[in-house]
Amino acid sequence: MSFIKKITRRSFIKRAIITIVSLELIYVFVNLLKKGNDSQETSKLFDAGEIDTFENGKVYPFNTERFYLSRLKDGGFLAISTKCTHLGCTVQFKNSDNKFLCPCHASAFNKHGEVLAPPATRALDLFPITISNDKVMVDTANPVKRNKHNRSQITYA
Amino acid sequence: MSDENTNKAISRFLLHLHPPRVNAQAIKYTRTFGLGGIAALLFVLLFITGMLLRFVYVPSEKGAYDSIVYLQQEVLFGQLLRNMHYWCGMLLVIVSFLHVIRVFYSQSIYNERRKNWLYGLLLMFLVIMSNFTGYLLPWDQLAYWAVTIMTNMLSYIPVIGDSLASLVRGGSEVNEGTLLRFYHFHTGLLPLLMVFVMSIHFWLVRKAKGVSVADSSNKEMVKTNPELVFKEIVVALSLILLLILFSMIIDAPLLDKANPLESPNPSKAPWYFMGFQELLLHMHPGFGIFIVPVLVTAFLIYIPYTKGTEVNVGVWFNSQTGKTITIWSAVYAIVFTMLIIVGTEYLLKFQNWMPDVPVLITTGLFPLLIYILPTYGFIYFLQNKLKAGKIELIVSLVTILLCAYLVMTFVGSLLRGEGMHLFA
Repeated sequence: MSFIKKITRRSFIKRAIITIVSLELIYVFVNLLKKGNDSQETSKLFDAGEIDTFENGKVYPFNTERFYLSRLKDGGFLAISTKCTHLGCTVQFKNSDNKFLCPCHASAFNKHGEVLAPPATRALDLFPITISNDKVMVDTANPVKRNKHNRSQITYA
Repeated sequence: MSDENTNKAISRFLLHLHPPRVNAQAIKYTRTFGLGGIAALLFVLLFITGMLLRFVYVPSEKGAYDSIVYLQQEVLFGQLLRNMHYWCGMLLVIVSFLHVIRVFYSQSIYNERRKNWLYGLLLMFLVIMSNFTGYLLPWDQLAYWAVTIMTNMLSYIPVIGDSLASLVRGGSEVNEGTLLRFYHFHTGLLPLLMVFVMSIHFWLVRKAKGVSVADSSNKEMVKTNPELVFKEIVVALSLILLLILFSMIIDAPLLDKANPLESPNPSKAPWYFMGFQELLLHMHPGFGIFIVPVLVTAFLIYIPYTKGTEVNVGVWFNSQTGKTITIWSAVYAIVFTMLIIVGTEYLLKFQNWMPDVPVLITTGLFPLLIYILPTYGFIYFLQNKLKAGKIELIVSLVTILLCAYLVMTFVGSLLRGEGMHLFA
């Protein structure tokens, strides 16, 4: 414990002051950088259309809102984010292979957003869906993270 | 200008950086290859061209790309100016990297140079950060997706990852705020920091009595002016000439304007991060982004503080054994890394074989062990067979890390095509 003996009262106070001042500066700087985060909207409902316009078992792209609306075979809805869970590239649905493919690192996901091929380690994010007046409303401001797909995530009309 | 004036100018400026006399061995070109000096010169060139670019560049989502196009098409020598800045930046990464390798292999990082090794690593980090923040500024598809990939990598750091990533981006996605932020890092904070750290770096070189030499008993000194100054001027002028010629012939890349809705196929990180991206194809991001880089950085910092060893400061590869070891390690690392890359691409699919085991183990721990165990065996073999000391084993380990990264960079940037498939 020789390094403790080296600390005198004078050096302790000096170091304490330097530490406090630098921590304060770092705190101010980090808060300055955080400023950009506040401008986000808390919720933004996007009207995807009437329920009947979507056929069972098909996937519909909403490129500008960055999600795919997947209607499952049993009529349930999933709003799947296009943001790859690996490193954030935009996945694309390939009708020929019936899966989502990421162009950056070749991750693949099925119609439920489950991982078919690594390097992605968790299923694609979902946007919450509410159905009112036979219309599919998607909350595009609040993506929901999930590790695996399960049935409770599906919204039924 | 008369000779007298030239001498005055040299002694007033350059001789404040250099001592009046230097060791004759230290100024042989093959001692340092002039790498540190070249890096400093590139920094100055980048500063000048960057200053000029600031007059045209508009750091906003709407204006950035158009201002680059305007620069290239309307401004006299605008394209040349951008090319110069771009190629200087790329060359600075390469030269600084080579400089790090040179000081390591010539064993110039021990004893009184210990602290300077740390400042050197910090400078290397700042160089890469500068290059990376500059990468986003053209706001084209290449820039946008490279930065998206890199900032998302940060979010895999345990505990602080997500908040750190959105702190860097200023939001959940790369947007105008990120551009402005990167612009200020690139043109303000980072260069300023680098000037400070560079000053300390140079001062510590002087304090360690200059460049390390192979035979410290030979104290034959020569005059800095003209012996060293002449060499420096020749290198500097030929470098500037080559850079201008290169920039006249080869243009800096500029793709379509950034489109957040569509990732190009394939999307790649900047080439110096391609080794990382390649690692990520084979490994869980928690390992590839966090555990492995932290271990490697800790090891690099630890090297000059190794205890109980005899170092031949200034001798390339420490000894003849060290030289043999370096060659064998390089061969081993290149062959083995290639084998592992091809192997994990086509054969080893732990995640499919054991879907119930957590991915952190199947895609993280297993690949790491597959690499580390044979490497440990190899180093153990070297130790017994060649009677290698601790320093030589460190040389071996650094060589393996270096070659593995170079192989991954090579495979990632040149052998991968559409969909990041090998040999596509």
